Parts: sequence; structure tokens; C-alpha cells
Amino acid sequence: MTRRGRLLLFLIAATVTTVLLVGAFVELPDFGTNFHPYGDRAVHAALEHRTANAVASVNFDQRALDTLVEETILFAAVLGAVVLLRQVTGERRRPPRPARVSPAIRRLGVLLLPVALLVGLYVVAHGQLTPGGGFQGGVVVATALHLLYVAADYRALERIRPLGPYEVGDVVGEAAYVVTGLAAMLGGSTFLANVLPWGTLGTLTSGGTVVVLNAAVGMEVACGVVVLLATFLDQVVEIDEESDGARPGTGESR
Amino acid sequence: MNIARLLPLVVVVPLLGAAVLAVGGRRLPRIASDVVSVAFAATSAALALVALAGGAHGAPYVIDWVGGWRPGPGGEGVGIVLAGDPMSLGLTAFTSLLVVAVLVYSWRYFEEPPRRRSGSFPALILLFQAGMCGFCLTGDLFNSFVFFELMGVVAYALTGFRVEERRPLQGAMAFGLVNSLGGYAMLLGIALLYARTGELGLAQIGRQLDGRSPDAVVLAAFVLVSAGLLVKAAAVPFHFWLPDAHAVAPTPVCMLLSGVMVELGVFGVTRLYWTVFAGPGGVPHEAATRTLVTVGVLTALVGAVMSWRQRHLKRLLAFSTVAHVGLFLIGVGVLSPEGTAGTAIYVLAHGGVKAALFACTGILLDRYASVDEKELHGRARELPLTGALYMLGGLALCGMPPFGTSLGKAVAEESAGHTGHWLTAVFVVVSAVTGGAVLRAGLRVFAGTGPRTYDDDAPGGARVPGDEGPETGTRLRRIPVTMLTVPAVLLAAALAAGLVPQWAAGAGSAAHLFAAHDIYASAVLDGQTAPAAGAAPAHWNTAGVLLGLLSTALGAGLAVLGARRPRGAVTERLLAPLRRLQSGHVGDYVAWAVAGLALLALLAAPGTLTSP
Amino acid sequence: MTLLPYLVAGWIFLVGLYGLVTSRNLIHAVGCLAVTQSSTYVLLLAIGYRDGGTAPVFADIPTDARVVDPVVQALTLTDVVVGATVTALLLALVIQLHKRHGTVDPDELSELKG
Repeated sequence: MTRRGRLLLFLIAATVTTVLLVGAFVELPDFGTNFHPYGDRAVHAALEHRTANAVASVNFDQRALDTLVEETILFAAVLGAVVLLRQVTGERRRPPRPARVSPAIRRLGVLLLPVALLVGLYVVAHGQLTPGGGFQGGVVVATALHLLYVAADYRALERIRPLGPYEVGDVVGEAAYVVTGLAAMLGGSTFLANVLPWGTLGTLTSGGTVVVLNAAVGMEVACGVVVLLATFLDQVVEIDEESDGARPGTGESR
Repeated sequence: MNIARLLPLVVVVPLLGAAVLAVGGRRLPRIASDVVSVAFAATSAALALVALAGGAHGAPYVIDWVGGWRPGPGGEGVGIVLAGDPMSLGLTAFTSLLVVAVLVYSWRYFEEPPRRRSGSFPALILLFQAGMCGFCLTGDLFNSFVFFELMGVVAYALTGFRVEERRPLQGAMAFGLVNSLGGYAMLLGIALLYARTGELGLAQIGRQLDGRSPDAVVLAAFVLVSAGLLVKAAAVPFHFWLPDAHAVAPTPVCMLLSGVMVELGVFGVTRLYWTVFAGPGGVPHEAATRTLVTVGVLTALVGAVMSWRQRHLKRLLAFSTVAHVGLFLIGVGVLSPEGTAGTAIYVLAHGGVKAALFACTGILLDRYASVDEKELHGRARELPLTGALYMLGGLALCGMPPFGTSLGKAVAEESAGHTGHWLTAVFVVVSAVTGGAVLRAGLRVFAGTGPRTYDDDAPGGARVPGDEGPETGTRLRRIPVTMLTVPAVLLAAALAAGLVPQWAAGAGSAAHLFAAHDIYASAVLDGQTAPAAGAAPAHWNTAGVLLGLLSTALGAGLAVLGARRPRGAVTERLLAPLRRLQSGHVGDYVAWAVAGLALLALLAAPGTLTSP
Repeated sequence: MTLLPYLVAGWIFLVGLYGLVTSRNLIHAVGCLAVTQSSTYVLLLAIGYRDGGTAPVFADIPTDARVVDPVVQALTLTDVVVGATVTALLLALVIQLHKRHGTVDPDELSELKG
């Protein structure tokens, strides 16, 4: 189709879609409605299981299967990205060049790295109590490590980031979630049942399996994101086409 | 242990297998990772079969509330349910068995797997299996969205697996963009249903909708969620991604994409309609039939015509899948248990046949580094066995008795005929044309029928140069035994689907339970076993056999004509506009997807908004 | 204006689609897909809002406090992760497409015709 034809088709179709959507929105319950039957039950169930963060209770207890699949999607995406961005015939690796970084950035990075790492671990560990959890904390941990790329250079990052262990960590996080669910089955309950003691509301050990599943997800996300970013960074920093290095977009960008 | 407790394992076992391969694949030799993957896939298949067999002994529903979150007496709960009925369990078992076949077939594939990662291909296949099985079994709308996305993510990666080549990347890109868009439309619809009913379970939403009359929210939700699932099903005009992806994906992946993933979209729409929208507060039967049958007829015709026009064998088979999806949509769209039963048999048999055809095509690709009908003209005379299997598959696709494709087609077209006689004609013509296209290509490639060259390298034609890389390390000299056994077994299974009366009877009672709004809700929420009475088994009858023979004869005739005298100039000119639509441009595909949304809205609105 | 949050979601959905249809660059298209997806976040969260409600986290509020719906927040979190992973995979494909074809303009990528 021509650009004009494509746009015309879209505009006509979008008009109908707009009518469809607006018609539905008008008849929805008002914004701010008090009608949240599932939400009310979820809050009740969260408190029953002594999980202060009701969102975490939904994610890791009441609808734990959703989160297992979600974690698996990330796992699959990491596996897929590693496969898609593999080094193919005709490409070679070249060692990353050292980069010059201004001392101010270097100091800031070195200062921030441990703080960011700690914040990430805190967010994972307190997932059942405060906003956050394995996904959010895991991402913070992974990005914290990459401060080293900003503050020093790629070689420094590669030293603290041997990919093998992180790939294993990714798998272990995924497997730990599954195994926790299976352990409940072996104990005579159903898959992913919250069989651990629920503890006292508001304490670090409350929530039963929510804590364990949170940690498993935190581990998988942190390791998975590190691997994911590494495959992308490798493309930019290390992998080069055999023919010549003149391809735009290679080389250290700083 | 209670069988229902085992239900999550159907999904979890392949997940564990993928984890084992992702770690072990770095150290295990190739053969070991192949064996491990087959073992995990087969275990999952066995579990699904056990659950299915359990259902045969008087308890057709296998219900497991994950995490033990069983709802209270009013159906008010917070958990996710996995609900296996004979239909979904049957489909799960079929999916898993096909995965096993694909894993065996690909033993010789990718002799140079990604360095240090010999386990990554089978691991992705196992994740794909987990996604598909979960999608079949879940009884929760949001959970089915998550499984939908898992299937998608794995499928995009598998489609683009051969990154060394140009086309797989492009096919995977179109696939990824359009399917993700479908997923997000589906999620918008789920949000609307949640706002309206405050529930996420299929049965709960259905119950809540029963208590009120349909309105614009219900209509929009139906359109959005169906659109997402129809993108997966590759229904016109959401279908453009499919030929692009299937023509370029590795052959074992095509076997799964065409054989079962696309059909899961049809299954999803049907399940969604019956569980959620079939009640008094949903979309009236006439509106739903109008929507599904119109889309189905369009899909069937476009797919048939386009498949006839292809020279690239994998693309030909891909369009043939589009055509059959159209027939499936008609079969389930007439909303009768018989239509659903026929479609179920049709889907299973078609899956086996289509996977077998892709498997044969894969052999050609690996031996000749091409799947172009013209380039391969007569060259495959040296492969009589492959040729025989391929031609048999083509005949089965036409609907030749006693293949399961023929039985399924006969039962579905008879049921569709009650809605409109012309629908029967659509079944006959479409299966004849698409089967004929397969046979024509087979005659030319395996028998060298017709002139060697033809003068159709017209501008705008699909000129696919023969630069396809074989998917095995080197070109095959001898065909490995597994690569021939797998299509043979698949065809035998498709034959059995038509011949074993228990299968047909099972499909009949499964469809009776499946195409029923209240039975599902009371089974899931109240734990009441459905009455088994009133189920009519699907069976052969004279009219069906005659129509099957007719479409086979038509298909064979077309094939001989087409192979002898390739390309009429007139048909060529008539079809040119249709071909131009398949432009390979993602912007076009997205515009058509939005047009599809609009089309569904216009089709479903009359009757839904105006009913009392 | 109780309709406004819903309309915003609808607008984001359509504007993302417009971007996808008119895109001249696949990286831009992947971005537009993410925009389209954001509409689902907005709609879910808007649906879950309760007038005067606070976050459903009971670490420092009484257990009978008025809170918004936690379920949609959990769904949104899942949705965000799905979106991020899909984006990552698609961008990986774009990188390889650029290497093989030397372009990321959909108008110039048309090997899969007919």
C-alpha cells in the first residue's frame, strides 16, 4: 500500500474503534467507584496470610501462577535474546578498549554502586511489606552493577560480571519458584500453596512462601537482566563484522 | 493422589525441562540434551493423557485451584483455576505429542547449534510447549493472556532463530509486532470485563454477565479480546504475519506454529465465547455467528486463493493453514456442538497432516537448499518415499476419506450447512483448492510434471531466489530415519483420527460439554459434574464421504491442470491486487489489524446493542 | 470529569497505533508498541481507583483503611514485565535486521512479498 492508502485505511478503522471504545467508557462504572469485589476479597486474603503488601500477596500468593508464567516469559526472553544476538559466522570479537572517564563521574559511580546495590536488595527483601518486590528490586540490583560501566569502562564491568554464573543464577531463580510450588505438592497441598508459617503482619518473615518466591524472582530478574544487557552491550562494544570496522554504531560511544 | 492435583504438572514439567537444558546444555553433548528434552515433553504428554483418561471414567472435568484458593459457595474467590475438560485436555495432549514429534524430527537439525548452547533450541521448544498447554488449561482470563504472551515471546525468538539469514528476521519482526498488538488489545478487553464484573475467572465473569443485559462494554470487550485471539489464529485481516513468519521459521518450528499454535487461537475464541459471552448478558448467538462465520469465510477464501498462487513451498503451506483456520472458524462459529466436534477432529487431523507436510518440505530444504517449486522441478524424483508421504498429505488436506481431516470436514460442513447451504460449498471448494495447491507443487517437484520453466517472473511476483540455507549443518546426502519416520507417524495418526470410532465419539461428547455456557460454570464454581446425556457422537455418513471424495477429485484435477499449464494470465491479473496486500510492510499489517478491530465491531454490534 | 482517565487510555492506544502505522524506523515502531501497551496500564489502574483510597500496603496504615484495588496493580506489574521482555526481543531482532539489511526503514524492508 502507499503511505496515503495505509493512513486512510487506518483513519477509517480508528474512527470506528474510537466509537467502540468511547461507547464502552461511557457505560463503565465511574472513575473512583466503590465497586471492587475482587479487590476487597484480595485485601482480605492478604491480611489473612499476614502479608502487609496486598499487591505482593496477589502476585506471589493468590495469583502466584501468573507470576510464575511472567517470570518464565522473562526467562524465555533472555534465552531468546542470547540466541538472537549470538555471534555468527563472519563476526569477530575484539577486546573492549579502555575508556577515559572524568574523575568526578568515577567518584560518583563508585559511591553510588554499593548504595544502589543495597537499595535493590532491600526492595527485594521487603517485597511482602512495602511497595516493591522481586521484580523491582531485581532490576535495581542489575542496573547497580552497570554503574561500573558508566563510572569505569566495559572491561571493569566484565570483571565483576562473568556471564556464566549469572546465566546459572537466572535458571536457578526460575527453578526455585517451580520447586517451591512443587514442595507444597509434596507436602500434600496443591501446587504453589502457601504452606509456610505466615508469621506476624508487618515483620520481615511474614507472608509465608511470599518471601521465598519473592527472593526467587529477585534472583532471576537480577541475573536475567544482567545477561540481557550483556548480550546487547556485546553487540555494541565487542562484536564486529569481519570485513571492516567502518560500520556505523560500533565502538565505544563515549 | 487426586488427578486434579497433577494438572499444574502438565505445564510445570516442560518448564523444569527448559531450566535443566538451559544449564546442562552448556556441558551436555547434543544427543543427551535431545534425549532430555524428549523425556520432559513426553512426561507432560503422558500427564495430560492420564488426566484425559481420568475424565473418561465419569468425571469429565479436572479442576485444580492453584495454591488451594478454592472459592466460597457463591463462586467468590481470589485464585486462578486450571480447568481441564475433555476438549482442552485433548488439545493439551495433542500439543504435547506434537512437540515430542518435533523434537525427534529435529535431532538432526542445527548440527552447529549456537556455540556453548546446544540446549537452547530444545529449551525454547519446551517453553513453547508450557505456554501452549497452559493456554489450553487455564480457566482465568488474565492468566490466559500471560500464557498467550509466553507463547508469543518464545515463538518470535524461534522464528528468528536463523539470524544469519535476512528473511527470518523480517518475518519474526512482523510476527512480534502484530501479535504483541493483539495481546494488548486482548488486555484492554480484559480490563473492561474486570471493570464491569469485578472478576477475572472465565466462569465468574460469565456468571456476572448473566445477571444483566448486554451493553457497549460487553461489545467492546468481546471485540477486543476476540481480536487478540484472532491475531493468534491468523484470521483475515489479522493474518498477514503468518505467511511471513511460517515461510522463514525453522521447519520444526513451522510444524508447531501451523500444526497447533494457530489453532489455539481458534480454540481461545471458542472457549471465550462459550464460557463468558454465551449467556443472556453477553453477545447473542446470531451476532456471534455472524461475526465468526463472516471472518471465517473471508479467511478461508483468501487463504485458499493465496496458497494456490505460491511457489515457495513453505509459504504455500502457510497460506493453506490460513485457509483451514477459516474453515475452523466457520465450524465453531455456527455454535452447534456438532460443528465444534467436527472442528475438533479436523484440527487434530489437520495438525498431524500439516506438520507432516512441513516435515517433508524440511527434507527438501536440507537436501537441495531450496523449497522453490520451480527450482526443484523434477529434482526430487530420487526421493520416492518423501514424495509419497507428501502426496498423501496433500490428499488428506483435500479431505480424502478416511483421513481424520475428511471426517472432521464432513461433520463440520454438515453442521455449517444447517446455517447456510453455501457454507458447505465453501468447505468443499477451499479444501480442494488448498489441497490441490499442495498436490500441484508435489507433482512438479517429485514427479517433474509439466514444463520445466514458466514465464511468470512477472513484476510484483513472489520471486524467492533459491538462497535458502539448509537447516542442518551441511546438505543431507542420506535422509535420516527420524526425519522420515516422524511425518509417516503423523500421517498415520491423522488416518487413525478418522478411523477409530472412539475418537469421534469422544470428540462428540467433549464438544457437548465444551459448547455449553452453564455446564462449564457449574463444573468450575460449584463442582457439579455435568450430565453426559444428549451428546451425539461424530460419525461418518454417506453425504460426508461423497463430499470428501468430490473435494479430493476436484483438488487432484486442479493439481494436474495447474502442474501441466502453470499460471493463467487472466487469473494472474485478477489476483494481483490481493497479492499486493501481502506487502511485507509492518505498517500495512498494523493498519489491517486496526481495520480488523473495526470489522469485528461492526459485525458484532447489531443484535448486541439492540437486544431487549 | 469521571470519564477522563478512561479517555486518556483510549487516546494512548490509538496514538500508539498511529505511530506504528506511519513509522519509518523499526526502533521507533518498537517504541510505539510500548506506547500502545501503556494504554493498558492506564486503563487498568484507572479501573482500580477508589475515591480517597490509598496504596494497598498495610505496613503503616490500619487494616481497615480505604485502599485502591490491589488486583489491577498486580496485573499491571505483570503487564510491565511482559512489555519489557517483548521490547527487548524485538530490539534484538532490529539489531540483527540492521546488520543484515543495512536499514531499519520498513519501506525498504520488503523481501517477503506476495
